[in-house]
Amino acid sequence: MEKIGRFGDFGGQYVPETVMNAVSELQEAYERYRNDPQFLAELRELYRNYAFRPSLMYYARKMTEDLGGAKIYIKREDMNHTGSHKINNALGQVLLAKYMGKKRIIAETGAGQHGVATATICAYFDMECEVYMGREDMERQALNVYRMELLGAKVTGVDSGTATLKDAINEAMRDWATNIETTFYCIGSVMGPHPYPTMVRDFQKIIGEEAKAQLMEKEGKLPDCVVACVGGGSNAMGIFYDFIPDKSVRLVGAEAAGRGIDTDQHAATISRGEKGIFHGMKSVFLQNEEGQIAPVFSISAGLDYPGIGPEHAYLHETGRADYVAITDEEAVQAFEYLSKTEGIIPAVESAHAVAAARKIAPTMRPDQILLINLSGRGDKDVQQIARYRGVNIDG
Amino acid sequence: MANRLDTKFEELKQTGKKALVTYIVAGDGGYALTEEAILAMEQAGVDIIEIGVPFSDPIAEGTIIQQASQRALQGGTTLKGVFEMVERLRNKTDMPLLLMLYANSIYRTGTDKFFDRCRETGIDGVIVPDLPFEEHDEFKEASERNGVYNISLVTPTSHGRIAKIAAAAKGFLYCVSSTGVTGMRDTFSTNFEEFFGEIKRSARIPCFVGFGIRSGAAAKTMGSYCDGVIVGSAVVSRVGEFGDKAVPEITAFCQELRQGLDS
Repeated sequence: MEKIGRFGDFGGQYVPETVMNAVSELQEAYERYRNDPQFLAELRELYRNYAFRPSLMYYARKMTEDLGGAKIYIKREDMNHTGSHKINNALGQVLLAKYMGKKRIIAETGAGQHGVATATICAYFDMECEVYMGREDMERQALNVYRMELLGAKVTGVDSGTATLKDAINEAMRDWATNIETTFYCIGSVMGPHPYPTMVRDFQKIIGEEAKAQLMEKEGKLPDCVVACVGGGSNAMGIFYDFIPDKSVRLVGAEAAGRGIDTDQHAATISRGEKGIFHGMKSVFLQNEEGQIAPVFSISAGLDYPGIGPEHAYLHETGRADYVAITDEEAVQAFEYLSKTEGIIPAVESAHAVAAARKIAPTMRPDQILLINLSGRGDKDVQQIARYRGVNIDG
Repeated sequence: MANRLDTKFEELKQTGKKALVTYIVAGDGGYALTEEAILAMEQAGVDIIEIGVPFSDPIAEGTIIQQASQRALQGGTTLKGVFEMVERLRNKTDMPLLLMLYANSIYRTGTDKFFDRCRETGIDGVIVPDLPFEEHDEFKEASERNGVYNISLVTPTSHGRIAKIAAAAKGFLYCVSSTGVTGMRDTFSTNFEEFFGEIKRSARIPCFVGFGIRSGAAAKTMGSYCDGVIVGSAVVSRVGEFGDKAVPEITAFCQELRQGLDS
């Protein structure tokens, strides 16, 4: 049988039979609409007038001067409507669901950014929306929970397992299996069974396409290095994808090392994971020697996931992209650094990319360009960072 | 050696009986309790047992089996330990034993090593809930080489895929009664006449129905559509409720199922 939806050996469709038909249906619908002029025109219009694309390309002058190496540019996905890159994918999927005649959308969320983006578009399209979120994440990201409810979504807390992102995905998959005929599962990252990793990447690749054109206009050349944070890996795939054929461009993913990759409290999948099959895909996962999925830890709810998208596993295996691990402390320092240096408060997820850039930029020459994907803004994280630093702002 | 499932199917055909298949989570309450329960179920008239290998993230399971899996893992259950339990059971019973487990448990163990171990310990088949027809090649070679059936599932949402799945299935065909996850149900919305009509047009092997069956009466009704029934959560819930004292409860329940099926 021909293997579809594979990146080398990674990817596939490892889902229960109950949802397999829906996965095939989605695959057919996506094949049909991905090149459909009307669908694409409508999506482009939404990107422009609802998400406010293209996002800006910002020259980080002070950071460049301070680090004394490469010229640093920042792709401002934090300036999108709803405050992160997640809107790109949610718009694409919910629009597709509308074309497929589905009335109910479910989603999982970690930091809440994908949940907020999905709830936003469901409000716009008058669709029913239910978001699954780990109970622990609901506490860490209470503001986003309220935001989703404000947008008319139902937020369902998940208490099973570690009560974080992976458990929210488990529960969303169970909901999907139960309500399969009416429900569209809007997955938030480049993960899950085919076609999700490909489809989500396609909805996010506009980041890299814009960035390439913007840099060509500003600098007349390609960047030398592109850095993005990686949980499941959607913002990273989004900015990497258009640069993959450009072999001179180094691609770097920053994953969450939590309290350190030599502790048992991290989410550094590429650094410490093994090949496995989970959540619909063959990829790399943090797991024990019998294949039980490991509990993970990161200050960032959005990177707190024990796996990674299959295309990243492939980019890593083939050596096309490098992955580095950034600790909570390094991420928090980068959060503070970017706030003070450039006056931009990054999402704590994106701060992992900033932290990696702080290490890489000084090793590069001034005539080289380093591009950071700033995937989201940090308003949602301010309270948690204050708590991390022992500052009481709760009043 | 012939697969014990085939021997059992032959025996059921001779006696004209429907198959009673039950499921239990290995190590829930300790291996000794699982072993005792399996042997007691055989005595109570169960034909085939599915031994659930607990997984950290059982996406196809409802609350009852999720919680049992968590109890079993917290109690230290491992796949290695389950195989050792099967070896002990094989000194006492020749009934068909299957493992129900998630794809990652097999893959991470090493596919060849896993199916070798199945053959060595006396496992007759595996049911992998997150391995659809499209990915069956993943374990095909290793399972066939070791004479272990990799059981296929069809569901009411399989629609146009039922024919190709049923035609290619080996051992028995696991017919899922309804959409959703495992767990006991009061009612079913599936049109069983239509569902099994479609299945039987293509299947050349016995067809068993599972998901949601909780009583002898339900076993009788559901069994009338096919060759046997599979009961899981209703057994597992008794382990959860009665703990050390679950075996008599499970025995009585299996007797009820048997009587329902035979009546």
